[in-house]
Amino acid sequence: MIEEGLKNELAKQGVVLTTLQELYNWGRGNSVWPLSFGLACCAIEMMAASMAKWDIARFGSEVFRPSPRQADLMIVAGTVTKKMAPQVVRLYNQMPEPKYVIAMGACAISGGPFKQGYNVLKGIDRLLPVDIHIPGCPPRPEALLHALITLQKKIEIEALTGPNRPRHLDADAPSEFPVPQFGEHDIVPAMNPLLWKPTQVVR
Amino acid sequence: MESLEQIKIRLEAAVPGAKLEILPNESPSGQHSLLLDNAHAVALARFLRDDAQLRFDYCSNMTGVDWPDTEITSKVKVKKVIDGVEKEVDEVTKTARPGFLEGVYHLYSMAMKHGPLILRLRTGNRKDQVQLPSFTPVWRSCEFQEREVYDLFGVVFDGHPDLRRILMWDEFRDHPMRKDYSEPDDYEYEPTPHDDVLEKSKRHQAAKGTL
Amino acid sequence: MSVATESPAPRNYEVVPKTSPEGSELDGELLEVAMGPQHPSTHGVFRMDVVLDGETVVKLKPVFGYLHRNHEKIAENTSYLGSMPYTDRLDYFCSLTNNWAYALAVEKLAGLQVPERAEFIRVITAELTRLQNHTSVCGFLLQDMGALGTPLMYAFREREKILDLFESLTGARMMCNYMRFGGCRCDLPPGWLDRVRKIVGDFPQFLDSYEALLNTNEILLARTQGVGRLPRELAISAGVTGPMLRACGVDYDIRKVDHYGIYDRFEFRIPLGEQGDVYDRYMIRLLEIRESLKILQQALKEVPGGPIIDPKAKLRSFRPKVGEAYGRIEGPKGELGFYLISDGSPNPYRYRVRPPSLINLTILEDMCLGQSVADAVVTLGSVDIVLGEVDR
Repeated sequence: MIEEGLKNELAKQGVVLTTLQELYNWGRGNSVWPLSFGLACCAIEMMAASMAKWDIARFGSEVFRPSPRQADLMIVAGTVTKKMAPQVVRLYNQMPEPKYVIAMGACAISGGPFKQGYNVLKGIDRLLPVDIHIPGCPPRPEALLHALITLQKKIEIEALTGPNRPRHLDADAPSEFPVPQFGEHDIVPAMNPLLWKPTQVVR
Repeated sequence: MESLEQIKIRLEAAVPGAKLEILPNESPSGQHSLLLDNAHAVALARFLRDDAQLRFDYCSNMTGVDWPDTEITSKVKVKKVIDGVEKEVDEVTKTARPGFLEGVYHLYSMAMKHGPLILRLRTGNRKDQVQLPSFTPVWRSCEFQEREVYDLFGVVFDGHPDLRRILMWDEFRDHPMRKDYSEPDDYEYEPTPHDDVLEKSKRHQAAKGTL
Repeated sequence: MSVATESPAPRNYEVVPKTSPEGSELDGELLEVAMGPQHPSTHGVFRMDVVLDGETVVKLKPVFGYLHRNHEKIAENTSYLGSMPYTDRLDYFCSLTNNWAYALAVEKLAGLQVPERAEFIRVITAELTRLQNHTSVCGFLLQDMGALGTPLMYAFREREKILDLFESLTGARMMCNYMRFGGCRCDLPPGWLDRVRKIVGDFPQFLDSYEALLNTNEILLARTQGVGRLPRELAISAGVTGPMLRACGVDYDIRKVDHYGIYDRFEFRIPLGEQGDVYDRYMIRLLEIRESLKILQQALKEVPGGPIIDPKAKLRSFRPKVGEAYGRIEGPKGELGFYLISDGSPNPYRYRVRPPSLINLTILEDMCLGQSVADAVVTLGSVDIVLGEVDR
């Protein structure tokens, strides 16, 4: 391993040293293609982020793919209703690894203002593993850009080997999650116990 | 536009046997409504649509209202002799009103540019007599709105061409807009100051013994 | 000539005989396609179950509910004021007109008067909302026709300018939550009217260039003229409202019919179409932008001073008398109505939104039958739906 100081010194002289892991993560981090998938109000802010004023293309994510097969990132932009939840999980399952999820807005995080609704899923993290949460109702486009940069930072430090390697490099880790079914009163199951456990209140 | 009384008289003349009732509205909006009987409702609606003076060609809004079984308390001042002195005493009478479901229609006329005329239909009860005649053959705009009322309130519209659930999934069994509906309990932990959600969460945790 | 008499070279492959599209071997093969809820061109989580004969639509059933957020049920468990922020999220392009419609219904229910200054502010914000909605809709419609990027990007550029105005007035770009029963929440920030005047003054220039770019475009003309035609009588019976109705030639604008607010003080025309096709709907929206600009210019001339809210209006512990009211306005999508029943408690007993987007979709199948599936997408784009309002 080269020390950080020597590496920086060499970089100033025009010699760039890198590792395969850094190069691979740098390339991946700067070309995150989101699924063009809007659910509700937040999707409009997501579109605004992709337009001229905020220009998400500066961060390599302007290529919104209509097909999950070509996307790296699912931005859950809006309220996930129970009627929509199976479709959201199915779309996630169809995305190839490595894949990431941003829960955009209060509704995607927890149900938000519509939490008391009978048809509203109280947070997409009950069914899918979420990497980044953005609060706001709706979050401003800057907040989405911030979430994207945070995701890039997360990608940059992913180890390729070892016990801490990410899910997509671990053959035993699940890459698909069970799709809930429509029940008579609710979706079944209403949450994935492997992903989400009710917080224990400690007093 | 003619007054509601005039419309009522003309409707009674046009559709013999029809029972109509004006339901007053005490709020400042002054939008009184007309209660139709279910047997003649479609004929009355057709008359309202086709009559040259009324021409209510546009049914703007159609919705349902749930009125559960309730007790109506009414106070009447009664003179009573108490201890030899005549006094005015409030006598409270309680009458049980059986519940029903209501369909409300707001009609306007695009041709004459007047309105609204508010029609109401009532079901027999909330359990087994939940049929109402469908106005979809008269005004096409009722199609999705009546489906919505069927979905959320459980009113069955006779004569509707395509009565299916519209907002909830087909396997769903409840009618969530009814007042006695209780939603699925999935309020596990709520770090929220929101009173109702916090209450629901506490109830859930007490039941599961996690509090 | 020797070339002609030469026998052709022997083929190494067999030729598959050409079939005509009318051939009997293709008959009866119908294809069922579920377009949505995740589909790039269905404007959110809307789903159309389409049955196709080749490319032709023979059956089309819209499926709703993927964004059913129980707005009405939540509102019946909340105070009157508590529902105001939820109305923003109905039609999330036009939060201010939603606010107005709800405030209007409650004002009818409780008999509140709106001060003149607040009426002017309401008209200005509502017409700005109409401006940005119609501009965006035209951009989305063109995106459905394959103009990926440019028109929508131009539309959003102008929309951002108007959203900046909303932000400095209300504190939020999209979810304004600005109007209150009997007035508005806060007074105008200093210099706000001058900024509006500047944007309203500059808007015709943008509109001219937008129209010059698009209106004579051959693809646009070919994809819109005669597509998705809606007969007048059907439109009236189906309760279609807004620009869609006026594109069929029916002169019905609630701003003129009900004279709500102070619209009778302004001079403006109601643009009318003739054919009721996608082209007419597109043109009507562009013309309505010009009429909105006219209203704005008149309203901006003299905004009177004074209070912005009825002093009788109580925001907290607001309990209207027993009764009911239906209030409606001309929203950018059509007639947006709120129906409220009060039982004297702080929460409405019944709270109903009359969603123009949902009711305008009643005749989607009638407009799309017999057309190609690509035209069905354009027809849907011209209806101008927002799923937050369709499903509520």
